[in-house]
Amino acid sequence: MQITMTVNGVSHTREVEARLLLIHFLRDDLGLTGSHWGCDTSNCGACVVWLDETPVKSCTVLAAMADGRRVRTVEDLARGGQLDPVQQGFAECHGLQCGFCTPGMMMTARWLLDHHPDPAAEEIREALSGQLCRCTGYENIVRSVRWASEHEAAGRDDDRSC
Amino acid sequence: MQVPAYVEYEKASSVAHALALLARFGPEARILAGGHSLIPMMKLRLAQPETLIDINGLSELSYLTVTRDELRIGALTRHAQLLDSAEAARHFAILHDAEQVIADPVVRNWGTVGGSLCQADPSEDLSAAFAALKATMVIAHRGGTRTVPVRDFHTGPYETVVGPGEILTEIRIALRPGGGSAYEKVGRRAGDWPVGAAGSALWLDSGRLHGPTIADAGIGLTAVGAPRFAAAEAEDFLRGAPATQESFARAGELAAASCRPVSDQRGPADYKRHLASELTIRSLRRALARARPHGGGGPGGAPRDAG
Repeated sequence: MQITMTVNGVSHTREVEARLLLIHFLRDDLGLTGSHWGCDTSNCGACVVWLDETPVKSCTVLAAMADGRRVRTVEDLARGGQLDPVQQGFAECHGLQCGFCTPGMMMTARWLLDHHPDPAAEEIREALSGQLCRCTGYENIVRSVRWASEHEAAGRDDDRSC
Repeated sequence: MQVPAYVEYEKASSVAHALALLARFGPEARILAGGHSLIPMMKLRLAQPETLIDINGLSELSYLTVTRDELRIGALTRHAQLLDSAEAARHFAILHDAEQVIADPVVRNWGTVGGSLCQADPSEDLSAAFAALKATMVIAHRGGTRTVPVRDFHTGPYETVVGPGEILTEIRIALRPGGGSAYEKVGRRAGDWPVGAAGSALWLDSGRLHGPTIADAGIGLTAVGAPRFAAAEAEDFLRGAPATQESFARAGELAAASCRPVSDQRGPADYKRHLASELTIRSLRRALARARPHGGGGPGGAPRDAG
């Protein structure tokens, strides 16, 4: 079947099998390997991307279901050579070690800050509760998102460290 | 690598179109809503439909509407939409309680209310919540629609009365004065299925001398082997009883006695039976704290969180 979807602002049309999962379409057909294929069981959240305006686990969505829709992946976070504050936060606060969970964590974190600019640590933990990290123990991920929140509130010239 | 087996795919453009597609492709066709139950089942070959009929484009099935006497929930409503609905929570706090503990926030963004009910997992949360509220299921077929009480909707694990040529389109809950409701779940970790869970709805009459009496009660149970996701004997006991801790304790005993939990990786049967009692009692207490007795002067059904 033929599908067309807008990924990170660019329209793509491809011939696919209906059973193709969105994560494999993004990685294998479009070469967007930033989104990670992890547990395959919608537990780990390494594959989180935005479908239209909301984060979804792309290992549990068919590419066909995204036909006619917009998808946003981690490759779209940085704009014009400038890292997104969420990416800066993960760098500043050591929010990753192996980095496998990071793309999904950052896509959900970006959505959270877009809707709740000043989340408490508990709210960050709740928002990310469907995503697993085996390295950080989550503390630094929460700090990273808090850093991004405070950085965005302070404005572009903010140069605080974690 | 887990991928579904080869499958045909059709995108429905309306409920009528979806019904026509179901008729055309026959009993091996499946409705694809959020897919968060069906796609994992297909990966594991526990489900192997020949054709998927994708209804995700049907905005006509995605709504929360309060009429004069009912809350109506479109079957394609995402869990996150139900969780975020202040109107649904105002009338039925149990739905807000339950949605907070269903899967995780990202799964709730795409998984649907109707999909969860039609999956009919014996540990599914909304099945118990709607059983407590004595909801009505609206099922569309090519000749029109039919309604089924939620307690007649499930016919066994992973089985419902929805026939091969039919679609669940709506869940209706009657608005009744003097109500309060709550849901209590014990799980092993965030996002997991419950070890056990119970939901209660109480409708009260104001008692003139000794406090409110229970005009009607609904108790839903999940993951503990309760027939029809409900505790009918406990409800019968509560009807007409005073809304007291003693009544709730007895209801908890009756609820536990009516369950047939099985030991599995989530816990032993005796612990699940204990949960059936304890969570029934807790949800009844919380439902009471949220209820305003009919005739007692307060606005009917407005929830007050008991913490």
